[in-house]
Amino acid sequence: MAYNWNWSIFLSDTPAGDATYLGWLFTGLQWTVTLSLSAWLIALSVGSLFGVLRTVPNRGLALLGTTYVEIFRNVPLLVQLFIWYFVLPELLPRELGDAFKQLNPLLQQFLAAMVCLGLFTGARVSEQVRSGINSLPRGQKNAALALGLTLPQAYRYVMLPMAFRIIIPPLTSEFLNIFKNSAVATTIGLIELSRQAQQLVDYTAQPYEAFIAVTVMYLLINVTVMFLMRRVEVNARVPGYIGGSR
Amino acid sequence: MISIRQVSKWYGSFQVLTECTTEIQKGEVIVVCGPSGSGKSTLIKCVNGLEPFQAGEIMLDGTSVGDAKTNLSKLRARVGMVFQHFELFPHMRIIDNLTLAQIRVLGRASEEARDKGLKLLERVGLKAHAEKFPGELSGGQQQRVAIARALCMDPIAMLFDEPTSALDPEMINEVLDVMVELASEGMTMMCVTHEMGFARKVAHRVIFMDQGRIVEDAAKDDFFGKPRSERAQLFLSKILQH
Repeated sequence: MAYNWNWSIFLSDTPAGDATYLGWLFTGLQWTVTLSLSAWLIALSVGSLFGVLRTVPNRGLALLGTTYVEIFRNVPLLVQLFIWYFVLPELLPRELGDAFKQLNPLLQQFLAAMVCLGLFTGARVSEQVRSGINSLPRGQKNAALALGLTLPQAYRYVMLPMAFRIIIPPLTSEFLNIFKNSAVATTIGLIELSRQAQQLVDYTAQPYEAFIAVTVMYLLINVTVMFLMRRVEVNARVPGYIGGSR
Repeated sequence: MISIRQVSKWYGSFQVLTECTTEIQKGEVIVVCGPSGSGKSTLIKCVNGLEPFQAGEIMLDGTSVGDAKTNLSKLRARVGMVFQHFELFPHMRIIDNLTLAQIRVLGRASEEARDKGLKLLERVGLKAHAEKFPGELSGGQQQRVAIARALCMDPIAMLFDEPTSALDPEMINEVLDVMVELASEGMTMMCVTHEMGFARKVAHRVIFMDQGRIVEDAAKDDFFGKPRSERAQLFLSKILQH
């Protein structure tokens, strides 16, 4: 097989003439990072909220939490994305749906992908938050309540600070996953990193270079995230407790 | 001060407490003992509402614990509780363990709370450890901190739920010493414990429980002299033979 390696392709101008092919990849990288980070914010807040709800001594609230988790983690991500992007705007009240459809198409794609990824990942985060809370000794909650703290205060000052420390490793995996999962946004047309790679192949017929470059970019993102989370883990260490001894 | 009347509790269809009745006066020290599974810990947790009960009534300084209208958090803030496994908050420094509820529940200024915390740490002999984390202290030290933490709230009574059961033998006395001192100062105390030496020394009354019932509720001397129930005699003969 004769394949003509041509790494200089990244520096040549695209047909549109407004950027180099490397420039395309960077635009894609920006979309991937922006999409993933904003979805992560949603996932973390929604996941924490529902994770807590699943542990409170109130059947109604716990059921609400369970319902959310079971719906969002049991439907394939791709199906969810199509529902958010294609189906939901039709089900909304007419004015709202029309307002959405009149947005800049790029913004439509971004919003749908952000909400979809955020809520999908949030369901997984909420399971981790729940297991973190449940892994605490039962006496911790009792001790907090016995001091006169209210239940919300017990969560805020006693249980959640430890629960979040315990679940840093699985949360890191989830944070990494969201960057990789963000590639599904390509199916509704968002020009994120993997989409740019496909475009590059279409335009230059240099698939190896394109996908190697994209692979390296995903790797760089994830190495950065791992490094960051490692710092968080070290800073959150509790002396004399799990992982606390140096 | 604490009055327990006809309290019964079920886990599903299993009855863990059966018509428990007793009274604890201000300044009294009561020791609750009995075989494991007899409901001692459950009963003491009912006193500050950590465990709900289905029948009967518990009055704490004139307030009903079981009443749905009672503000339980407020009531609990007035009663100190010490647990078998210390339950210090591991992510907070010792001093922060002591000030958390003072600031968040009693609304004390952080300076005032800190002063109070340090004073009580000094009293249990641990002032030098104020800036450490719980995981850096021994079990006995942690339990003394836990007692200091409860005392920071200026409680009207103290509940002890097997405070020495999780400790190494050589650390038991340092905790008991603090409890004896507290008792001698006139603190109202309800202690679930197997430390009969402690009971002999400071208790006014001893309550013996078996299978969820209060089998014996007697003045200390009567209890150790001639327990009326066979079950209590058997229990005492088993734990006092060494």
